[in-house]
Amino acid sequence: MKNPLDSLGKTVFLGFVLTAVIAVFMHVVK
Amino acid sequence: MEMSLWWPFLFRWLHILSGVMWIGLLWYFNFVQTPSMPKIPDEQKPAIGKVIAPTALFWFRWGAMATIVTGIILAGFLHYFPQVIWLDLGPANNHQYMPIGFGMWLGTIMWFNVWFIIWPNQKKALGIVNATADEKKRAARIAGLTSRTNTMLSIPMLYCMAAQSHGVI
Repeated sequence: MKNPLDSLGKTVFLGFVLTAVIAVFMHVVK
Repeated sequence: MEMSLWWPFLFRWLHILSGVMWIGLLWYFNFVQTPSMPKIPDEQKPAIGKVIAPTALFWFRWGAMATIVTGIILAGFLHYFPQVIWLDLGPANNHQYMPIGFGMWLGTIMWFNVWFIIWPNQKKALGIVNATADEKKRAARIAGLTSRTNTMLSIPMLYCMAAQSHGVI
């Protein structure tokens, strides 16, 4: 299977997904 | 402005300057240089591999070092080290330093990747240290994927850095 990080688009998308996960976690835990 | 406020501000400014140098070059590698390499004729590739990439890597890794050093000094001035190490999650805490806690951890992982994975492997891939053809290929793959990992991490890292200073949780 190809690594998603080989694709620049998927790398940026995963960055936004990770941001959303952290942002929601911080909002819920606050 | 009181001098006691000016010193942390000085280091915040230096932290931002060096961070722009670091992440700017990280994005140059990932958004410009790497995607352009297949389009460059073979006889012109040494201009990138022998001249531009080593210079960019110099400012990239020392930008990373200056960013973490100025960040640690800034955190020292602001007295929130104990809270941020544990993401400000303790029961007695009000989680006000959680964004910078996440940001510092992400930035520290990225700094580690630069100095202990990307740079040692780039030295092999670019021929700065001796390596066989197979070792060079493997080193280029590891450095490339780690650089992509840092590009991915830079997005939430900058969210957390900005969130702390601008009151967003």
